[in-house]
Amino acid sequence: MWNVLRAELTKLRRPSLSVSTLLAVTFVTSLITSVLFLLVDSPEGNGERGIKIGRDVLSLPTGISLSFSNSAGLLGVVALCVFAAQTAQEYTYGTLRNLLVRQPSRMKILIGKLGAMKLFAIVMVTFSAAVGIALSYLYAGVKNISTAAWSTSDAKAAVLHGFINVLIATIGYGIFGMILGLLFRSPISAISIGVIWNLIFEGLLSAFVKNIDRYFPGQLLSIVAQGGSDRISYQYALFTSYGFLLGGLAVVAFLFKKRDVAN
Amino acid sequence: MSSPLALDVADLSKKYGDRMALSHANFEVPMGSICGFVGPNGSGKTTTIRMLLGLITPTTGGGHVLGESITEPEKYLPRVGAMIEGPAFYPALTGFQNLNVLAKIGGFSTDAIAGLLDLVGLGDRGDSKYKTYSLGMKQRLGIAAALLPNPKLLVLDEPTNGLDPAGIHEIRTLLRKLADAGTTVFVSSHLLSEIEMISDHLVMLRLGKVIFSGKTSDLLAKQQPVIVAKPENVSDLNKLAQIATAAGHDVRIMENTVHVTGTSDFSAKLNKAAFEAGITLESLTPVKASLEETFFEMTGE
Repeated sequence: MWNVLRAELTKLRRPSLSVSTLLAVTFVTSLITSVLFLLVDSPEGNGERGIKIGRDVLSLPTGISLSFSNSAGLLGVVALCVFAAQTAQEYTYGTLRNLLVRQPSRMKILIGKLGAMKLFAIVMVTFSAAVGIALSYLYAGVKNISTAAWSTSDAKAAVLHGFINVLIATIGYGIFGMILGLLFRSPISAISIGVIWNLIFEGLLSAFVKNIDRYFPGQLLSIVAQGGSDRISYQYALFTSYGFLLGGLAVVAFLFKKRDVAN
Repeated sequence: MSSPLALDVADLSKKYGDRMALSHANFEVPMGSICGFVGPNGSGKTTTIRMLLGLITPTTGGGHVLGESITEPEKYLPRVGAMIEGPAFYPALTGFQNLNVLAKIGGFSTDAIAGLLDLVGLGDRGDSKYKTYSLGMKQRLGIAAALLPNPKLLVLDEPTNGLDPAGIHEIRTLLRKLADAGTTVFVSSHLLSEIEMISDHLVMLRLGKVIFSGKTSDLLAKQQPVIVAKPENVSDLNKLAQIATAAGHDVRIMENTVHVTGTSDFSAKLNKAAFEAGITLESLTPVKASLEETFFEMTGE
């Protein structure tokens, strides 16, 4: 398993993947942070689905981590794409047969891959946190938002909690991508179905059907990233979303173990 | 059950839907030999190789690789090098990085990679991305990857695809060297002339069935030599064929030549008989049966 993890890191470190992923993370975090701070006075709102987050909220100790917490949904889409592509490409390149000849235990391959991609997700979220916090300070100055509470121990705790929650959510989205990658065995199919499901299907239905987001893993992961919401508790969101994901992962892991590798 | 053979399969079958990709195959490959695995496209070669490497599950039967059952590939794969259905690598990684990934997964030392790249003639291109490689270079990288574990058994599926004549010669020499050092080489190819040159054993497949398994020399010895006679005038072809037939030999007319089954001592008799019948022969050549001809004769194609 460790050998697989080391090998996967070699693949994930390649500049074409790592640099483009970090650029995507920078773009997503910058976009959310810019909207959050620069539209603070907008009557249209500056948060998700038109929610208004005022100066008073942004100047709280939790204000420092709000930008990257709110980025979790889009960071998740990036993770979904990376995890799905890294898994499904083994089928399209035909490299799975090479991996299985060198490591016949399919579960070790799967666990090693997941471990490496979790490490990649940690780098992604750390980078997002750094970009989000730096931009938050910059924009707070521009929009006259007080940052006095951002250097307190409460703020440090909020950053830590935010980091852990965003990481859990990002890995959750990634696992969803991995499930799709194993199921569809094609990066394009897995990514397009994942993104359509997350952004369009879940997003639209949740906007129009009351309380349906309680049953959607993508929506629940977003709530995990924000530490819970008024309607849905953190614990419910965490256990239900990961329940769906781990159940799905168990099914595709079984298929991966039993399926012939004929391409 | 342990076996002194490098490979042995018994009643091995694979069925996809209603189609038998491989049907009740039985064959053995002695340790240290170069065994050619031949058959037309779709005859079940790659399916067999995949079953031997634990990638697909047999429908019936079983076998052993290096003395271990094919149901437990983890016991023998660390001693097996393989290239299945052509090379497959990550396009964005260099040749060196691709081998590095496989060495790490297999738990092999990465120190040998540079030497392997040199061995297959990619020493100066190891730092180039795989996607920039020519087909021949990709093939060479596939062979280098198969050699990573310093294998006791090397399984190669069409290793000379895309190689130029010099490259084919190099690979042939390399395989012979490996076999001389004790590595068993199981090599599939549709280039029967290539297989004939390097293999001392053969497994022949047709439509998912084994039609021959044994020493190459035994197979070729079974075949009658052929005398190829070319008359100066094409109009004499039938007359020449009749002379050979009257002497009790099997005859076929192919591309302005008469192919007469018989040993070379019949050449002189045929030459004399043709002269007496007023036929001038442009050429008269005794030909040893090739693997290709033997194959076509056995498969009736």
